[in-house]
Amino acid sequence: MAALEVSGLKKSFGGLKALNDVNLSVQFGTVHAIIGPNGAGKSTLLNAFVGRLIPDSGSVVFDGISLVGLQPHEINQAGVVRVFQTPEIFGELSLLDNVLIPAFSHRDGEFQLNGWSRAAEQAQVHEVAKHMLEDVGLFAKRNTIANSLSRGDKRRLELAMCLAQEPKLLLLDEPTAGMSRADTNSTIDLLQRLGDGKVTKIIIEHDMHVVFSLAEKISVMAQGAIIAEGAPDAIKTDPRVQEAYLGGAHL
Amino acid sequence: MMNTLAKQDRWLLFGFALAVLAGPVLLKPFGAGYPDLLQKFCIFGIFAIGYNILFGLTGYLSFGHAAFLGIGSYTAVWSFKLLTMNVLPAILLSVLLTSVFALLIGYICLRRSGIYFSILTLAFAQMAYNMAYSVLTPITNGETGLQLAKDDLRAVDKFFGVAIQDGIPSTNFFGMSLVGYSGFYFCAVLLILSFYVSMRITRSPFGLMLKAVKSNQNRLKYTGINTRSYALMAFVISGCFAGLAGAMLAVTDPLAGADRMHWSASGEVVLMTILGGVGTLLGPVIGAGVIKYLENIFSSFNEQILNGVFGFLPDALQHPVVKFVGLFVGEGWELTLGVLFLVLIIFVPGGLMQGLQSLQRRLFPSQPTPAADAARGAH
Repeated sequence: MAALEVSGLKKSFGGLKALNDVNLSVQFGTVHAIIGPNGAGKSTLLNAFVGRLIPDSGSVVFDGISLVGLQPHEINQAGVVRVFQTPEIFGELSLLDNVLIPAFSHRDGEFQLNGWSRAAEQAQVHEVAKHMLEDVGLFAKRNTIANSLSRGDKRRLELAMCLAQEPKLLLLDEPTAGMSRADTNSTIDLLQRLGDGKVTKIIIEHDMHVVFSLAEKISVMAQGAIIAEGAPDAIKTDPRVQEAYLGGAHL
Repeated sequence: MMNTLAKQDRWLLFGFALAVLAGPVLLKPFGAGYPDLLQKFCIFGIFAIGYNILFGLTGYLSFGHAAFLGIGSYTAVWSFKLLTMNVLPAILLSVLLTSVFALLIGYICLRRSGIYFSILTLAFAQMAYNMAYSVLTPITNGETGLQLAKDDLRAVDKFFGVAIQDGIPSTNFFGMSLVGYSGFYFCAVLLILSFYVSMRITRSPFGLMLKAVKSNQNRLKYTGINTRSYALMAFVISGCFAGLAGAMLAVTDPLAGADRMHWSASGEVVLMTILGGVGTLLGPVIGAGVIKYLENIFSSFNEQILNGVFGFLPDALQHPVVKFVGLFVGEGWELTLGVLFLVLIIFVPGGLMQGLQSLQRRLFPSQPTPAADAARGAH
C-alpha cells in the first residue's frame, strides 16, 4: 500500500527545471532512499512535500490527503515530519524544552490556549520528552541550552524532536552529515529500531553506508527527474545510475 | 524538581506581593513613598508586564502599544461619564474594547514580522494619535482632553439613586473612594494580579510556544504549530494589559488625552522592558519603576535647585556647571534617560535583572541562583 503518492510534480526556477515530472510511490512502513548528485533536486522535492515550496503542477498525496497548497503546520499535523539538512532547533531553549514543544504539538494540535496550566506538571508529555532524549543519548544534558551542543548532537536533538511527534512519514535530509562514524552507526541503529515498520521513512543521503544499511528501496534522481528505481542490489549494478551519479565508477 | 520549582514561584510571588504592598514604607527613604508616584509605578508596571508578554516572550517588537493605553483611558472616562463612577465597569469595558482593537490591529500587523511588524504597529498608533485630534474629536474632545463634567449622564448611578454631591464626583470601588492610599492599594492589588497572570502564562505550555516563536519560528511551523495564532494571542493579551493600565490612569486621574498615545509613550514601554530585562518576570516592573522614578526626580529639578546644589562652587564655575547640568533636568530629563540607557546597553545588555544576577554570582560564586533562574522564566 502506498503511503505517499507523487505524480507529475514540476517546479521551475526561471529556466531551471528543478523538478521535472517527478513520479514517486513510497510504500507504507518502508525506508525509501533518494540519492543523486548535488543539485539533482532532492531537497527541492522534500520542500514540495512539506509546503515550503508550492509546485507548478502535479500532486502529492499522503495517506489520502492532498498536501499541495496546505500550510507547513497543517502538513506536519497530518503526520509528515521533516529533519532538516542544517539542524533547525530552538537554540535559546533547553534540550528538554526543545523536545517538549513537539510533544505538546502532538498532543494539543496547531493551537491551544492553555495559558493557565503548568508545563512542568504535564507528566505524560514529560514522559515522551524524557524517553526521546534517552533514545538519542542526550538525557543527561536535558537542562543545557541547545545552542551549546556540537553539530552532531544538534542533529540528534532534532531527530528526537521529530520523533516526539510520533510521525507517520519521516523525511530525513542527510541525517548523518557531519557526524562521526560512531554517531552515524548509532543513528542508523536508532532509525532501524524506530516505529516497528509503522513509520514510513524517506531518506536523502550521500553516505552509501547509511543508504545501503537502511533502505529497502532506492530512487535515483538526476536533473530534476527520477532516472532509476529499485531494490538496493539492483541499483548498485544499474549502469544508468553509475553513469549519472558516479561518473561511471563502480560501487 | 517540579514541586521545588512550583514552590520557588510561590516564594517569588509572595516576595513580590510583600514588596509592592510595603512600597510606601520601603520607598520612603528615596522620597517616593507617596501615593501619586507609587500609583504610577504600579500602572506602568502593569503596562510593562503586558508588553513583555509580547516582546519578551515572542520577540515581536511592537512600537504602538501606547494606542491601547489611550483606548483604555478614553473608554474608562466614557464609562465614568455615561454609566457610573464605579471603576469596575470602567476597567472591564476598557479591557474588552482594547482586546477587540488589539485583535484587529494584531491580525493586520502580524502578517509581517521583524522591522516591518514594528513599523506597522507604529503606523497604527500614530493614526490613532492623529485621529484623536481630528475626526474623533467628538469622542476624544481633541486637545482639551476628555474630562468629567457636573452634568454627565451617569445612568447607572442615577438608577441606583447614588447621591450627587456638589461638584464633580470622584471614582470609587463600590463606595470605597480611590483617593490617596486606597487608590495606591487598589493599583497594587491589580499589579500583583497582573504579575501572577504573567507568571502563569510564562510557565504554561502556551508560554513555551511563545518562547519557541522567538527562538525559531521556522522550526515551530514545521513542528505543526500555527505560529501566527500564538503571536496574535500574545498581542491581544498584551493589548489587554495596556488597556487595563490605561483604565487605571483614568481611575486615578479621570482625564484622558491623546498625548498618552504619542509614539514616545510607545517607546517608553520598550525602554522600561529592556532596562529591566527582556523576557524576565520581574524586569519590566523594575524597569517601569526606575524610569518613572527618574522622571519624577529629574523633571522636578530647575535652575534654582541646581544653583543651591552647586552653591559651594566659585561663581565663575557655578554658572557654566548649572547651565550644563540644566540640560539634563526639567524638560530635558529624557537626555538623562538617554545617557543612562546608553551606559546600560553597552555594559549590561541584558538589563538590570542580568546585572543583578552577575552581581549575585560574583558575590556568592559557589551558590546556584535559583531565584534568578525562576525570575528569568526558566523551567
